[in-house]
Amino acid sequence: MLVPGIEIPHLCFQCEDYPCVEACPEGALSVIHQTGAVKVDVETCTACGLCITACPGKVPHLHPDGSSIVICDLCDGEPQCVKACLEGRWNALTLLPREKSISYKMLAATPKELTRKVANHILGEKTTKEVLG
Amino acid sequence: MRGYAGKFLEIDLSSRAIKEKKVPDSVLRDYIGGRGLATRILWDILGSTWESVDPLSSENMLLVLTGPLTGYFPGTKICVSGKSPQSNGVIGSTVAGEFGIDLKCAGYDGLIIRGKAEQPCYLFICDNHVEIKEASPIWGKKARETVRFLVKESLKEIKDIRPGYGEVIEPSFLYIGPSGENKARIAAVTSKYAHAAGYGGYGAVMGAKNLKALVAKGFGPLPDVYDKERTLDLVQEFLVKNFERERFRRWGTGAGGYYFGAETSSEPIRNWQEEWHQEQSYKGEEFDKYWVKKNWGDFGCPTTCLKVSVLKDGTYEGAICDNPDYELESYLGTNLGIFTPEKNIYLSYVSNELGSCGIQSGAVLGFAAELYQKGILTREDLDGIALEWGDVEAFAALAERIATRQGIGDILSEGIYRAAVKISEMKGLDVLKYAIHEKGVAIGAHGIRSGRDYVTTNPIAYACSVQAGDHTSGADLPIGHRHSELFSIMGDSAVYCFFAAMALDNRDIFNFYEAVTGWELTEEEWYQEKALRILQLQRAMLLLGGPDITWKPNLDDELPPRFWEPLPSGPDKGRSLDRTAFEKSKLEYFNAAGWNENGVPKPETLRNLGLEDVEVKLREASLIS
Ligand code: SF4
Ligand code: SF4
Ligand code: SF4
Repeated sequence: MLVPGIEIPHLCFQCEDYPCVEACPEGALSVIHQTGAVKVDVETCTACGLCITACPGKVPHLHPDGSSIVICDLCDGEPQCVKACLEGRWNALTLLPREKSISYKMLAATPKELTRKVANHILGEKTTKEVLG
Repeated sequence: MRGYAGKFLEIDLSSRAIKEKKVPDSVLRDYIGGRGLATRILWDILGSTWESVDPLSSENMLLVLTGPLTGYFPGTKICVSGKSPQSNGVIGSTVAGEFGIDLKCAGYDGLIIRGKAEQPCYLFICDNHVEIKEASPIWGKKARETVRFLVKESLKEIKDIRPGYGEVIEPSFLYIGPSGENKARIAAVTSKYAHAAGYGGYGAVMGAKNLKALVAKGFGPLPDVYDKERTLDLVQEFLVKNFERERFRRWGTGAGGYYFGAETSSEPIRNWQEEWHQEQSYKGEEFDKYWVKKNWGDFGCPTTCLKVSVLKDGTYEGAICDNPDYELESYLGTNLGIFTPEKNIYLSYVSNELGSCGIQSGAVLGFAAELYQKGILTREDLDGIALEWGDVEAFAALAERIATRQGIGDILSEGIYRAAVKISEMKGLDVLKYAIHEKGVAIGAHGIRSGRDYVTTNPIAYACSVQAGDHTSGADLPIGHRHSELFSIMGDSAVYCFFAAMALDNRDIFNFYEAVTGWELTEEEWYQEKALRILQLQRAMLLLGGPDITWKPNLDDELPPRFWEPLPSGPDKGRSLDRTAFEKSKLEYFNAAGWNENGVPKPETLRNLGLEDVEVKLREASLIS
């Protein structure tokens, strides 16, 4: 919790040009055609971390056991997070079709960037400055 | 063993020794975790010398314990305990936030902290990496700066421990402000920005140990549960039931600032001189205007009782706090003659920054203001502060002096009861009658006199509670039911958020416990044996007390004098408590708890529960003849 009340899910936005896939020297990453999600071949992945560096939002992270990378695969088109969010009646997540006209890459941001943006918006600049320094 | 990580961390700050410790299954089955287990551990280690242990010395222990339900139950807490510098007994003080989850994911069920560090320090835990780190740069610092430092430092450290991991979510923190550092007995242990374990005064215990903060990050999964499917089914069921309590989700307790005054005449106003008001300016809708986030919950909680308030303009621009919830709306609002959300938010912010418990500090501020109103404390006594009702700047200035023990603040930082004793001596007159407390603990913002508040339907609620003024652990009859203290012991020991359980049946909780642990536990067994055992231990340690104050059984199981006066205003004007009925309930309660007519646990009760050593100790202390 960097800012009270502003905990934002930090997930893959499926960039149009997939810098992570491009960056992977092992060919461990591929794009799932149906959903546009990035698929990790855990057998091939060497956990070198180059995809993290390549990602504009620093979205990929290592599995806690350190063996391979983790990227959201949209649960084969049925994201369980959306389901859980609806079941809990928080209604914060919705499944939307992908629009050609949107540049998704622009949306990818690090947790810090996302937090600061939202914080500025809802807390105002003065409070955000005090909270985040 | 399911639902538990299976080990605790024992940390001696004096020798800097860190050890893993196992607790036998049999003990966990009887004492569960949190408050129950803390009580047992304290009795085992400090019981024989209880009366001489100064809560603010290195001898006291700080226990930070999860329970088997922590992390799985949709609404999460952690329990902080030790010998209380307020009651001199044991209080299980819970605070919401993810610290318990991080701790369990790191592989530990709790922390047992002893001794005193030479230099200000904080404890850093990242999985099995446990370190006592230097806190000098943040010693003396308020909440925001402390959190900023801890986030920065610990993220750096985690990057070293897990190089190449990628972006890491910040760890969870428990910390103190200047108030705790200065051993003010009103100091809280804080989580996030303003979630506080306030009852008990454990912020001062951390301060006395030179311990500024606890940091935990767990990368592992939660421990396995016994029956995963059943646990998931129960969570689903709870989500639906909780949703039906839409009002709580919408307002949290934030509509209480008006409701408990106008509707139930049970809100503290100007140090409890009144309990009724009808200030439209204090309605929930007026607070809502300052909420920048209307639904905020601790991890996995469908109840989302939290709100975030920010002052975006005006004199106090920049102030931020969670909610304020009802307790802060009243104790840092109506109790000080403040009836505008803006001032209440500002004062809550000030209090959070200082690390003072809103209830305990609001109570002592209100007490001081009444003495000023009566001319007993003069402006000179108050270091030049004219403590007029409603003057938020004056209260903020005094709150700062209390947290830093300057001038009159040094006396008031002792908490309402001890301050009243000192001021009585100083002035040569009795001001104890204006001190609204129960055995050294300022009571929750739920009055008794109107008989209409849901927390205090029985007037013995505070007088007979082993956690004294704690409104979340009131005594009631019959002794084994939903509103009794024995049920609160379940919540504080299994460690889940009781707010998130309000829509559930008692049975739901016991079912959940069984699904997680695989250990059978019937309600009867809990009320007639296990919870009763924990209650005896807490009662025994409360009566043993010391070293500065020892409560007299029965005589001190009493209400503050003001509560015997008739209500002076509102629809309940003239209503007062019936002494005969009160004494009758009290005796009935003592009986039901297995205590004698003075409220001391009877030898046969203790023997039946296998607490022979408690009997010996109570005899030594001449509590049993
Ligand atoms: S960490 Fe794995 S997926 Fe990422 S670039 Fe390296 S090999 Fe490819
Ligand atoms: S957001 Fe990051 S992980 Fe997702 S597609 Fe873009 S580069 Fe890859
Ligand atoms: S009910 Fe409120 S305090 Fe309890 S866990 Fe949920 S959000 Fe936190």
